[in-house]
Amino acid sequence: MIRFNQVHKRYPGGYHALKNVSFQIAKGEMTFLTGHSGAGKSTLLKLIAAIERPNLGSVLVNNQNVGALKERALPYLRRNLGIIFQDHKLLFDRNAFDNVLLPLQICGFDYRESHKRVRAALDKVGLLKREKSNPVALSGGEQQRLCIARAIVNRPSILLADEPTGNLDAEYAQEIMAIFKSFHQVGVTLLISTHDTSVLQDTKVRILALRQGELQ
Amino acid sequence: MRHALAQHIGVLRRMFAAPLAGFLNILVIGIALSLPAGMYVLLQNAQGQVAQLSGTPQISLFMSMDAKADDVDRLRKKLDQYPGIERVEFVDRAQALEQLKQSTGLGDVVGGLNQNPLPEAFIVYPKPDEAKALEALRGELAKLPKVELAQLDSAWAYKLEALLKFGRMVVLILASLLSLALIAITFNTIRLQILTQRDEIEVAKLIGATNGFIRRPFLYFGAMQGLLGGIMAYFIITLSLMLLNHQLDALSQLYASQFVLNSLSLGDSLTLLLFSMYLGWLGAWLSVARHLSQIEPH
Repeated sequence: MIRFNQVHKRYPGGYHALKNVSFQIAKGEMTFLTGHSGAGKSTLLKLIAAIERPNLGSVLVNNQNVGALKERALPYLRRNLGIIFQDHKLLFDRNAFDNVLLPLQICGFDYRESHKRVRAALDKVGLLKREKSNPVALSGGEQQRLCIARAIVNRPSILLADEPTGNLDAEYAQEIMAIFKSFHQVGVTLLISTHDTSVLQDTKVRILALRQGELQ
Repeated sequence: MRHALAQHIGVLRRMFAAPLAGFLNILVIGIALSLPAGMYVLLQNAQGQVAQLSGTPQISLFMSMDAKADDVDRLRKKLDQYPGIERVEFVDRAQALEQLKQSTGLGDVVGGLNQNPLPEAFIVYPKPDEAKALEALRGELAKLPKVELAQLDSAWAYKLEALLKFGRMVVLILASLLSLALIAITFNTIRLQILTQRDEIEVAKLIGATNGFIRRPFLYFGAMQGLLGGIMAYFIITLSLMLLNHQLDALSQLYASQFVLNSLSLGDSLTLLLFSMYLGWLGAWLSVARHLSQIEPH
């Protein structure tokens, strides 16, 4: 499903974020990406969504070389991905419902069907009662869950999460992990980055550990 | 379909979010458009008047005083065979004198004359497509035997026509310049909007929005602003003409004639609105093409 072949990523200015990274994630697999901040976790996720492009090597998603995709093809790649951002990237000029509706509007979904899907996604993350609230009025954990709802409303086959439990206390973090597990159970491929390995203690999952841009 | 509608409603909501700024923009566009369009209306009116006054051009042929009846007949036959002439009207000198007495109120003066000072005359109506060769035709007719004078009656109308052509060119230049101004206004408005919606554009790109999807509300906004500016221009022109007509009313009473400025015709009004809408769209398109590519998620 996701395959890295000897990927190098160097930012302008000389910072070598990823060095010779190769791995493969099968369909339906749930994988954690660990490492200290600055280890290259965010860069790796950005390469999958073609937000950044590799300097060397290839990144394949669904057998498509995303590093070589044309600008015009990017939207269609990203519609297959659900991305949960470290900084949420919610829009504060509209309520929770409309934030989750946005991906469906972008895909030109049927109006009635899209409203059903938004409610289902909000229900899944336990925010159905807050659909009219502005994201500003939500707590950090709720904002994170809203971001998850927006990522899954399109029913993507791959879910990428960048530090989804980063600033949350343990209880909230467990809640979110539980939500991810439920996606794993229905066959979604997940790649979740975290610097906090304590949330992984009771789970038997595959771990990719990055250290200074290299896979351990 | 309903998403598109929601997007459009979003655009309108955004417009009304800053009503004063939006209104000022529309006012500026309206004034910019009303200048050339208003001049165009005045020109149209002037042209209507000219057409009414001049009608079809004609050439008056005055015969010499010693022309006899068979000279008149000979000339008439010649004129009838002339290729560039549509028809000819003979003005009897006695008849002309009678007309002069009645129409000018100079009856006493004319009655005091001991002989008729007027010559026999023909009024020549050239064929419409000969209009350009009128001067040449006049020259030829002047050389015919027993013709004293050939006079082109509507020469002044052609001079005025040339003046109107000049006026139309002024309108064209003004319209081109102010169209550019309109495009620039929209360009800048959209640029500011894109900057304030940077976050939204970035997020939309990250979750799979095509450039077309992101572009659409801005183009719609530009077209909408242009259209409203066009409507504003229409009202400015209509109101100005109402005020002018009010003044003209007093003037035409003094001249004992009827003179009214007509407003834009339906076709011209529609052209104005569509054109301003198109210019708004174009300004927005240029702005979006220039600024949207600068916003890339990272």
